[in-house]
Amino acid sequence: MNLVINFAYVVSAVLFIFGLKMLSSPATARKGNLVSALGMLLAVVVTLLYAGLDYKWIALGVVVGSVIGLVAAYRVQMTAMPEMVALFNGFGGIASMLLAWSEYHQQPELTTFIALVTFLSAFIGGVTFSGSMVAFGKLSGAITSKAVVFSGQHLVNGAILLAALGCGAAFTAAPATSYPVFLAVVGIALLFGVTSVIPIGGADMPVVISLLNSYSGLAACAAGFVIHNNILIVAGALVGASGIILTNIMCKAMNRSLANVLFSGFGATTAAKGGGPQGEVKPATPEDVYYILEAADSVVFVPGYGLAVAQAQHVVRELGEILEANGTEVSYAIHPVAGRMPGHMNVLLAEANVPYDQLIEMDEINPRMDSVDVCVVIGANDVVNPAALHDESSPIYGMPIIETHRAKTVIVLKRSMNPGFAGIENELFFYPNTRMLFGDAKASIQALIAEFKEE
Amino acid sequence: MEAVFLTFVFVLSIFLGFELISKVPSTLHTPLMSGSNAISGITLIGSLASLRADNTAVAVALGTLAVTFATINVVGGYAVTNRMLEMFKKKDKGGAA
Repeated sequence: MNLVINFAYVVSAVLFIFGLKMLSSPATARKGNLVSALGMLLAVVVTLLYAGLDYKWIALGVVVGSVIGLVAAYRVQMTAMPEMVALFNGFGGIASMLLAWSEYHQQPELTTFIALVTFLSAFIGGVTFSGSMVAFGKLSGAITSKAVVFSGQHLVNGAILLAALGCGAAFTAAPATSYPVFLAVVGIALLFGVTSVIPIGGADMPVVISLLNSYSGLAACAAGFVIHNNILIVAGALVGASGIILTNIMCKAMNRSLANVLFSGFGATTAAKGGGPQGEVKPATPEDVYYILEAADSVVFVPGYGLAVAQAQHVVRELGEILEANGTEVSYAIHPVAGRMPGHMNVLLAEANVPYDQLIEMDEINPRMDSVDVCVVIGANDVVNPAALHDESSPIYGMPIIETHRAKTVIVLKRSMNPGFAGIENELFFYPNTRMLFGDAKASIQALIAEFKEE
Repeated sequence: MEAVFLTFVFVLSIFLGFELISKVPSTLHTPLMSGSNAISGITLIGSLASLRADNTAVAVALGTLAVTFATINVVGGYAVTNRMLEMFKKKDKGGAA
């Protein structure tokens, strides 16, 4: 029987691999997700064939978990997707931790190797859980999304990490007599997840979520080593690799190292240094903007986190359709780190029925920016700040941006003149070809739509 | 020796993962993340197998909690990914694609 089960796991692994492969194109992605889910279902069903399982507790856990998971998945708003992913991610992490704990509780006589992976599973799983909960809190606004920094923070984190390693060594050396040490590992892991994520600010969350995603895979991997199960190792490694790749893409898109994102407390110091861009800001009325848009041959929308906050994705699509009906070429340029998780803007616009072939990546739009008539910046700030290109003293110098300033006209929809996440003034607002349309993004776009409908 | 074998599987899988994922376009990063997140709920398999009939009460509690959390991760993760991917449509296909 066990042979059959293990061969079924091989099939599951193949389904996961094909599922991920199909995720690489929007046309096959949905089927890919279903293929991957089928792999999971197969693995679960054959696992239930093991002799001597305690089905009543299994049934309880599966039913309760499925209900919670389904309700959460179908209730969540698309704008709240980053925190939902963080939450699910944390649950995967804590499951790996609990699994290692349960195995150790029943069989404390471990070989050195198994003791090591038990420690890793508990530690990585615990960090994933509490780190994800902090990320969830920050993204949902339950706790401040600003970077929380205090003096000596690096020392504190270093000390916690050292304590964890010390406990890990002690546990690995003598697992059978180290139950209290194991509990200490669990406690330290939960603490470390909090202290390591709390100093990271809101706009750096795409990196954090990607990294935690990777951790949850590695925790599952370590749990696979604990119970000698290849399917956990294969699946966990695939997720670990995917998280690392996304983390890397996000860091590159901000021109910062992972260490800088994790440890610098970026955005915590909002001290507006003297100097900065000066000049006159030219506010516009919806009517002014209407005349500009009405005459434009090509319009590029550049969305940012403000679009999600204002829930403006549907009205943007409506305005886009009106413009298209007017003979204007409409597209949407998306910066890799716009929003609070990788691909956040793409999901919101897809929700509003914007076809994905109108969504253009940064590297694709920049070369032809000179021929664009109007760029409409909606709730984005740092990712369109030209200072990143030429001002070496700017904290965001070197970050690739969407070069909206090269379009003939830039219209910036903004609530007020407050600086963005990086705490710096945006010189784009003072450019001669920039017009500011102040107000809530959704209300502003509705006003524009009303202007079009009046004609 | 088994440790070596398992490590072999691990290392090869990491490389396979890098090959697979590096081809995903940025449009699909969010579904990729939530879909791979659902796969990381694979720890459910281990949690199910850990709930044996001869367990002590503490192990039953830990195992049941692990199964519950992992199931939320798996079911919720796949469901929410499916919901997102349903919305990705091409232009001018007419009607529900």
